[in-house]
Amino acid sequence: MTDAAATTSPAGATSPGAPVVEMTGISITFPGVKALDGVDFRLFPGEVHALMGENGAGKSTLIKALTGVYAIDSGRIVVDGQERAFAGPAEAQTAGISTVYQEVNLCDNLSVAENVMLGHEVRRAGGIDWRATRAAAREHLRALDVDINPSSSLSSHSLAVQQLVAISRAMVVDARVLILDEPTSSLDADEVAKLFDVVRTLRARGVAILFVSHFLDQVYAISDRMTVLRNGRLVGEYRTAELERVDLVQKMIGRSLEVLERLEEAPKPQVAERRDATPYLQAIGLGRKGSIEPFDLDVYPGEVVGLAGLLGSGRTELARLLYGADRADTGSLHVEGDPTRLRSPRSALEHGIVYSSESRKTEGIIGDLTVRENIVLGIQAERGWLRRVPQRRADEVVDQYIRTLGIRPANPDAIAGNLSGGNQQKVLLARWLATAPRLLLLDEPTRGIDVGAKAEIQRLVAELAADGMAVVFISAELEEVLRLSHRLAVLRDRRKVAELANTDDVTTDVVVDLIASGGQQ
Amino acid sequence: MSADPTPSPATAPDEATLPGSPAQPRFSVGGLVRHRLFWPLVALVVLLVASVLKSPQFLQVTVLDGHLFGGPVDILRRSAVLLLVALGMTLVIATRGIDLSVGAVMAIAGAVALTQIATSPSPGSVTTVTTAILTALAVCLLVGVFNGFMVSVVGIQPIVATLVIMTAGRGIAMLITGGQITTVTSAPYKTLASGFWLGLPVAALIAAFFFAVTAAVTRRTALGVLIESVGINPTASRLAGVRARTIIWTVYVVCALFAGIAGILQSSNIMAADSNNAGLFIELDAILAVVIGGTSLAGGKFSLTGTLVGVLVITTLTLSITILGIPVSAVSLFKALVVIAVCLLQSPVVRRKMRARRRAQSAVPVEVAA
Repeated sequence: MTDAAATTSPAGATSPGAPVVEMTGISITFPGVKALDGVDFRLFPGEVHALMGENGAGKSTLIKALTGVYAIDSGRIVVDGQERAFAGPAEAQTAGISTVYQEVNLCDNLSVAENVMLGHEVRRAGGIDWRATRAAAREHLRALDVDINPSSSLSSHSLAVQQLVAISRAMVVDARVLILDEPTSSLDADEVAKLFDVVRTLRARGVAILFVSHFLDQVYAISDRMTVLRNGRLVGEYRTAELERVDLVQKMIGRSLEVLERLEEAPKPQVAERRDATPYLQAIGLGRKGSIEPFDLDVYPGEVVGLAGLLGSGRTELARLLYGADRADTGSLHVEGDPTRLRSPRSALEHGIVYSSESRKTEGIIGDLTVRENIVLGIQAERGWLRRVPQRRADEVVDQYIRTLGIRPANPDAIAGNLSGGNQQKVLLARWLATAPRLLLLDEPTRGIDVGAKAEIQRLVAELAADGMAVVFISAELEEVLRLSHRLAVLRDRRKVAELANTDDVTTDVVVDLIASGGQQ
Repeated sequence: MSADPTPSPATAPDEATLPGSPAQPRFSVGGLVRHRLFWPLVALVVLLVASVLKSPQFLQVTVLDGHLFGGPVDILRRSAVLLLVALGMTLVIATRGIDLSVGAVMAIAGAVALTQIATSPSPGSVTTVTTAILTALAVCLLVGVFNGFMVSVVGIQPIVATLVIMTAGRGIAMLITGGQITTVTSAPYKTLASGFWLGLPVAALIAAFFFAVTAAVTRRTALGVLIESVGINPTASRLAGVRARTIIWTVYVVCALFAGIAGILQSSNIMAADSNNAGLFIELDAILAVVIGGTSLAGGKFSLTGTLVGVLVITTLTLSITILGIPVSAVSLFKALVVIAVCLLQSPVVRRKMRARRRAQSAVPVEVAA
């Protein structure tokens, strides 16, 4: 199984000398689960090393073992030639290992300078020398070519800039190892490019960068080497240039290429032929000031309408209007031909419209409730508080969806907040499917989840549409939108700029051109 | 229950770090100690035992004229007011809120009810008393609607929104009573706090009734879980179709109503409406009872049984202070010491430390188990 022999010496052009981090035979057992089983991992100065694997493969556990969040059961961690066992992230940071997490861990209401220098403020006579602190922050930002005013409030900047601020903050302690855990999951293409510039700058300075991402394109664009994990075991260590994508994915999911082929070679869905039917949902001039300009959109039963556009183009805002999460201030909405006003999500639910938000944690899952309670919540909300969903019905629904969607762990009493991202997504889908909706609004349902789960969710969407459900599908990945949609609506700058049938000649390039030109050709 | 009476060390290691596996309800000493109500119950027992040692007849229950008398009955009777207030407070806290106005609402309820009875030509008639109570509760309902509106619609932080009535409420009560302490003589009204029914104090029965109703309504319907879901994540709940605003509004109304009933019981106890002192600082005792009962001030999961235990601890504490002969000047300090002890024993940090120590002492078998 372990074909680590593929690269006996990784010391390519970019990684000379001894590794800065060397982990050997790392095992960690949680009660009932072997999270890591004899994993080896090496990180060299001046390289970008991608840690690859599906959800639950052990990526975050390995990172947490390195940074001292988890104690290891066996194995050795050698940093700079010395065997170490950090008591926690703070100690790891002192030793030069900094981590930037997926969700930016900064203080929104503080200034950029305060965030960058938090805990490392320049002191003078028992107080803080703010002028010098701001100057130091500016220097640290400049070192990464981030040119923003250190006195400005962090919340006034985009998520991408905040991410860069987080990296600046990580570099304040002069980190020699920088761990980037899913840094790009909320960034659009330009922002990713900017982030990668920063990563390259750091690499040139000899910083060892550990990069975790679900985006294969990005991994191939930035990484020099990669380590693949599967089910807590090491699959191997490879040079990025020598490993084909298809091989990588196969190593990650450990099954035949079937899933992948279905992903990549499935024919585009047939364009819906029922033009004469009434659309399930029809928006005419629907808009909301400051949110999205008035747009027209029809969604027919049995049809997937994909929304394509960059982050911030108004995709989410459009979906929220269709769900009544925000109220429209112009235009009208027709459900099955009848004029309808959606004043709240609850009224949308009554019309068979459901919306799965892009922010699973803040707008989807109720973290402290169980999987069962989370799934039943949708039906319960529809019935109102007085008519409790009968225990037996709840059990049936929950069992059915845990089985058909493959929710892991398959334990209805597990606390939903403890599940992995992909499984939380499935719980959310289960919540909505259980209400037997007529129109499903899916906002980034596959973000941050692994290839296998992604394929399952895509297949599910296609099946639901085939069964007559109307679907609006939003994803930052154009390929995915193109693969699933019958029709596309293209958005830019909070405006719908084009609508087209997803015929065979429509490629990502076509859509990118549409976005770039704003639909005016 | 019969299966495994030995506290096996294998069950000791961190259930905290294991995702997705709630502790299985199984009989073991360790499990019992870890139960969230263990330490509050210990405190309750300790207080009772101390009181009995000091005054051996404390726990004796005697029958006098067909009524029960004695320490335990006294505790129940005196718990009634605090329990009613704490019940409403539990629901409010579960939605991430807080209601500071309960004491003032009690004062308003007493003022309205007693002023009506005092000005009525027949203060002793049941009709008068009933009308007075209903009027008082209607006024409390309005106060609750106001609080709920401020929090759920206007979006003012609960602590600030309810501070308005906390400050203004006593003024309103004073206006109603004309700045006097209104006293009345009305047999039916007196029955509420001092009467007995089936041998038990009426006040305790009233509180028990509302406890049962609240428990049934929150747990037999979906209201409980919807309140929790709103408390844990209001945005996600709203997007899930839950009427978050209505639920939040409702709990403030319920809380004010319960405070109103408590205010009526309290004024019936002294047969006077004292706007300045009725329910003074009771909001703090109520919040304390909720917290001792294991409901987090951060909202979410709540436990009515826990609140009941919390209320009993606080009432017993107040009673035993007198019995133990603690000087009046030291009462507040003593109360604070007991409370801090219970809270410390419940705190996750302290419990983890204690568990780590226990494990260190029995390191060998645990190592094997892990």
